[in-house]
Amino acid sequence: MELGGLATYGVFFLTQAGIYAVLALGLNVQYGLTGQINIGIAGFFAVGAYTSAILTTATSTAHLGGFDLPFLVGIAGAMATSAVVAVGIGWVTMRLRSDYLAIATIGIAEIIRIVFKNEDWLTNGVRGVPGIPRPFVETLGANPLVSLGVVTAFVLLAYWLVEQARRSPWGRVLRAIRENEDGVMAAGKNVARFRLQAFVFGSSLMGMAGGLYAHFIGFISPEAFMPLYGTFLVWVMLIAGGAGNNRGAVLGAFAIWMLWSATQFLTDALGAEYATQAGALRVLLIGVLLQVILIARPQGILPEHARRKGRG
Amino acid sequence: MGTELLQLAIYGVVSGSILTLGAIGVSLIFGILRFAHFAHGDLMTLGAYFAFSMVVGLGFPVWASAPFAVAGAALAAMTIDQTVYRHLRRASPIILLISSFGIAIALRSVVQLIWGPHNQVYQSGIQLPWRIGDIVIKPDHVWIVLGAVVLVILLHLFLTRTKMGKAMRAMSDNMDLALVSGIPSERVILVTWAVGGGMAAVAGIFLGMDTRLHPVMGWSLLLPVFAAAILGGIGRPYGAIAGGMVIGLAMEMSTMVINPTYKPAVAFALMVLMLVVRPQGLFKGNP
Repeated sequence: MELGGLATYGVFFLTQAGIYAVLALGLNVQYGLTGQINIGIAGFFAVGAYTSAILTTATSTAHLGGFDLPFLVGIAGAMATSAVVAVGIGWVTMRLRSDYLAIATIGIAEIIRIVFKNEDWLTNGVRGVPGIPRPFVETLGANPLVSLGVVTAFVLLAYWLVEQARRSPWGRVLRAIRENEDGVMAAGKNVARFRLQAFVFGSSLMGMAGGLYAHFIGFISPEAFMPLYGTFLVWVMLIAGGAGNNRGAVLGAFAIWMLWSATQFLTDALGAEYATQAGALRVLLIGVLLQVILIARPQGILPEHARRKGRG
Repeated sequence: MGTELLQLAIYGVVSGSILTLGAIGVSLIFGILRFAHFAHGDLMTLGAYFAFSMVVGLGFPVWASAPFAVAGAALAAMTIDQTVYRHLRRASPIILLISSFGIAIALRSVVQLIWGPHNQVYQSGIQLPWRIGDIVIKPDHVWIVLGAVVLVILLHLFLTRTKMGKAMRAMSDNMDLALVSGIPSERVILVTWAVGGGMAAVAGIFLGMDTRLHPVMGWSLLLPVFAAAILGGIGRPYGAIAGGMVIGLAMEMSTMVINPTYKPAVAFALMVLMLVVRPQGLFKGNP
């Protein structure tokens, strides 16, 4: 590959890894801080992507809208709709064991997928939504570096938000709930409400990532998300990086995305006729990697508690 | 209207039978190991494909390949437990759940690698259905329901008449008491996987007979299976039977009024309703 191609690929790679980093930070609020399991990440991601797409595309007869609104409005809308979905699902499951939330999130992700696939008036069904404008394309042009810059800014914003939350008294309550729910309840805190807040906050970040993805790719369809593998990759990223540690979440996103992209060589090595087998083999490798991490180094690359020695 | 209702009820009982076999395994595993086993749907898929290999490779009829598929899936479940889950027993159930999610994805990849990503069927060609008035029943439907009934009776006898079955119920009811009374917990756990995996294999074969084989077939059924287990009271295998039937019937009946692609949403809605009204399930489980 010549140098220019490599640079283009590098920008593409970093942009995608950045979007995954936002997802991993969202999951870190839910799982890392609060101990909640969300298997429906792809659902919230898709809600965000479609919301932003519908808000920002030019008027179309094929789907709802578009409303031709600015990029930042699209992202804000993506976060808001994901949050609304999260409130609905969270309200039902917050008082129950985390297993129920896990099961419920599978359900909500599946329903979201079916709705986006079947409700043509809303999403144009399997034909998808084309022509989603790149961020700030009118003022800054269609340079891929602009997308990378925008995504980087959002990664930093998400990191800052989650880090502020983690350090705040609010974040301490979340971690206390994770460690000892009864103790927190005895201290007079409304456990269900804190859990709900954390779940909604994390889900809105996932919606933000979905919005960024839609503007980065420019076209979304129900099949474009690799729904389950997306969710699964984010989990491996957070566990590998270090659940509970925000730098770990970002590091895990980049490391696993690099690994995942590197296994692309399997597809190249086996040739096009075995493309599906190669895909399956890649997923299998990541699945085995997750088991190895869970057994051998469950705290991840950057453990949550390393900071005990240093700052509080 | 009347016949349509009856016809859908028959489909509902068929899919309820399949869900029941899956939900029993989920419930048993939850009762003994205290975690929601997310790879259960993919164990079903694996069992279905084991049978497929016997049918296509060796020319076995489907029913004769079932015992081998059951043994294969039971062995697979026990192997996964010994190589992965056993090392996580002391971790929190949440870690086990995440691990099983990874196992689910890995199992599906293995199925895709060995058998390919396409739809397959046990028998090509159209099965001649029986007609009773306007009602249509396929012979396969009868086998599925009968098979499920026989397995449930066998399970009942196992749980109530054998020492191992009683030990399983004891561990599910009161773990600490069971352990201090000297129940060999690791052996009980292995048997739980064998029973759960075997039942999942049969559920998978039945699903393959009823529809078709596909690497995602089991995962797509995971939500209704969990809904059935929760409805019946998770950790309660007998509740799983009631839960399976209610979910199966509701999913099929709903096609009278809504688009059939929304069937999973019906299972989901029932589950959510149950979680709001009575989280412990019909038969008081362990919420």
